[in-house]
Amino acid sequence: MATLGRACLILALGVALYGIGAGIAAWRLQRRDVANSARRAVYAMALLLTIAMVILEVAFLRDDFSYALVTSHSSTTTPLFYKAAAVWSSQEGSLLLWVWLLALWSSLVLFLTRNRMRDVTPIATAVLAGFATFFTSLLVFSVSPFEILGSPPVEGGGLNPLLRHPSMMIHPPMLYSGYTLFTVPFAFAIGALVARRVDAEWIVATRRFALGAWLFLGIGIILGARWSYAELGWGGYWAWDPVENASLLPWLTGTAFIHSIMIQEKRGMLKVWNVSLVLTTGILAILGTFLVRSGILDSIHAFGASTLGVPFVILIVGLIVLSVGLVASRLDVLRSEHRLDSLASREAVFLFNNLVLVALAFVVFFGTFFPLITEAMGNRRNVGPPWFNQVTVPLALALVGLAGIAPLIAWRKATRANLRHSFTIPVASALTVLVVLVAVGGVAHKPKALAMFVIAAFLITGVAQEFWRGTRARKAMSKDAWPVAVVSLVRRNRRRYGGYLVHVGIATLFVGVAASSAFQHARDVQMKPGDVTKIGAHQIRYVKSTGRIDNKDGRIERIVLGAQLQVLDKRGKVLHTLNPTRGFYPQNAPFAPVSAMFDGEPTSEVRMVAGLRRDVWTAVAPDINSVLLPTAKRYDAALRKGIADGQLKTTEEQVLAFRALLGKLVEGYVEATPPANFRLIDSPLVAWIWIGGIIVFLGGLIAMWPAPDAARRRASAGYAARVALELAGTDGKVERPTLEQELGRV
Amino acid sequence: MDPARKRTVRLVVALSAAVLLAGALVYTSFSASSEAKSPSELATSAKAGERYQLTGKVVDKSIQQLGGDGGIEFRVRDRDGSTSVPVRYKGSVPDPFRDGREIIITVSKKGADFVGERDSLITKCPSKFSDKPQAV
Repeated sequence: MATLGRACLILALGVALYGIGAGIAAWRLQRRDVANSARRAVYAMALLLTIAMVILEVAFLRDDFSYALVTSHSSTTTPLFYKAAAVWSSQEGSLLLWVWLLALWSSLVLFLTRNRMRDVTPIATAVLAGFATFFTSLLVFSVSPFEILGSPPVEGGGLNPLLRHPSMMIHPPMLYSGYTLFTVPFAFAIGALVARRVDAEWIVATRRFALGAWLFLGIGIILGARWSYAELGWGGYWAWDPVENASLLPWLTGTAFIHSIMIQEKRGMLKVWNVSLVLTTGILAILGTFLVRSGILDSIHAFGASTLGVPFVILIVGLIVLSVGLVASRLDVLRSEHRLDSLASREAVFLFNNLVLVALAFVVFFGTFFPLITEAMGNRRNVGPPWFNQVTVPLALALVGLAGIAPLIAWRKATRANLRHSFTIPVASALTVLVVLVAVGGVAHKPKALAMFVIAAFLITGVAQEFWRGTRARKAMSKDAWPVAVVSLVRRNRRRYGGYLVHVGIATLFVGVAASSAFQHARDVQMKPGDVTKIGAHQIRYVKSTGRIDNKDGRIERIVLGAQLQVLDKRGKVLHTLNPTRGFYPQNAPFAPVSAMFDGEPTSEVRMVAGLRRDVWTAVAPDINSVLLPTAKRYDAALRKGIADGQLKTTEEQVLAFRALLGKLVEGYVEATPPANFRLIDSPLVAWIWIGGIIVFLGGLIAMWPAPDAARRRASAGYAARVALELAGTDGKVERPTLEQELGRV
Repeated sequence: MDPARKRTVRLVVALSAAVLLAGALVYTSFSASSEAKSPSELATSAKAGERYQLTGKVVDKSIQQLGGDGGIEFRVRDRDGSTSVPVRYKGSVPDPFRDGREIIITVSKKGADFVGERDSLITKCPSKFSDKPQAV
């Protein structure tokens, strides 16, 4: 099967190369049949890569250790769920996932546009096939996922325990979907520039893909933050790590893009800006993929010295040169059709929002690459999270403020009446929140957090007002009941009200971030059983140590050592009992020295009381060095002696003895109840970060969902356009109705 | 004011604002940054009070619990070398922290020791995407 997998990759590479050639030929010769052939090449590529992906996935699920990749990243004791996810825990597997998703999304967009934009799609096909060619050739020539071992072992190394978290199943595919989806608008922008067709049609055709990319990447980022909070990051959800930043960069410029395209659709403005943004976003998505694998920046996500740096740098430089060259040579057709009428208009607010987003992206980029910039100047220097917080917080405040203003202000030029009509209630609400928070006390000494709460109140009230007024108007027309009127309001303006919901979600998320970072209490403390320590408004008592051995199919999966903790209120009443643990995994199955259990990667199983008001978060680190390891080493010596003396002759006897000693070790730990180290965090409103993320997700889905009547109108618009063209002959001088005109004010 | 003049004024204002902000960005980043150093560089040239970002590997068997709330003490050596410096550290210790692991930590010199900033210890996770297969 591995040979078949490899053959699929080689064929996919061939087909992708053909796709590039056919796409370019179709554009030069203006041949529809060749363009169709190029498109089908992309479908074929998607099919071939699907087969390769399935073969690899099956190999992981079947524990086929003849695959080098399965041996190094999975084992029989790895739970089934994680075997499926282990495919993308490796360099090779994750690249295959990347190019597979790319092929699927490319096929989808080319299928949807098969009868539209005939001058743009051939080049877009060639660009998409170009990306696929790059990644498939890495898989064929550099890091093959189908490497076969001469003598397959009976057991594999297992999935890194740190990656054993449900997020492993969704977080990487979400991020990669985001990255690969951003290549779709990139490809169509290149196509539009090459064909000099820079009206809004390519934007309308790829808008959903841009929105999908934005949504997937955003959800991927939030899932990563949640994962970090619940497992890896010791209570932090964002560390300004280069790899985190790399995923944030295209998300920021993508956010700018999905806002500014509205101005191009409605007013024919900002064409250079839009096309530059979308090209930048595409390049940043590739940069993000590259940063994860290059090892050029020190990151918590370390990836070994990879050999992929040079090809990626060549690709990125090539993309930049191509983009800049194309935009520069097409400046004549990218001229704006209108000018900004007033600074007090929705266009202007969108423009400011764009500037803030791009400034944020620039600042994050600058900070991330600061080590490389300073190294080029002599001494390598780094900026840490305090710097990032210092420079991004003011921008984030401005961003939420603008997101609050934009839905309220009129297009073209706001009048005094408009301002009064729209802003009175939201501003009053913001002022009320300010007064209440200052009066309640405890918040005023954190001005940044206070500002965020006030601005968020302004935004949320503004959106609520929009919903209220829209619903009232609908109700007046249709006489529907309130809930029906709300649903029909949203259904008829999915993009608008979906977008408003996203704003509310983002504001909610920022409230969670502001509260939890400004008012968090965290302690690292060593406790003996019986000790009580204070954290925030609670006290925590270390009751006793715990320990157990987890088995799977008769083999030891891990030993779990932990602590029983009680969360007490101020008066000492027990509110909750928590049992944080730490898992230690065997290095070599079926057995090895007892002490080797502590050589691998342990994982913390964090336990918390999560609530809408605050989370109490606990993690334990049993003291291995002073008690456990010396005992384990004594047991090792006993085991070795037993084998040398001939008491433990068969492997079976040795395994039994090993298990008995391991059991004794764990029992001993529980009985000795030694002191342990704890990290305790009391963090207010963290839950609202995740709730905000869910609201963003729902709002995004609503905005993306195609409206049934719009889809029908689009079909008839396309038909009308074709008829018009045919009637006019082939000179193409008839102005096609652009889709935004057709769709009206969606 | 005629529209062309107005646009020029706007452009000049916007550009000056951008230049000022960029200047502020560069200034804050340099004053907030810490120099990246290897243990051997720190051993010879560290100045008291200055912050450094130390990158290196944890020396085998050097990790010690200081007891109570004192945190831990360990030595960090060069990636490919044996020169090492002592580090005292309080704060969260990542799961993969242990002998031989590559770490990044922000430190400043106090006496003969280097003291790590709270929660600044980062351990590189060795297996994800590594080219070497794990020992089997």
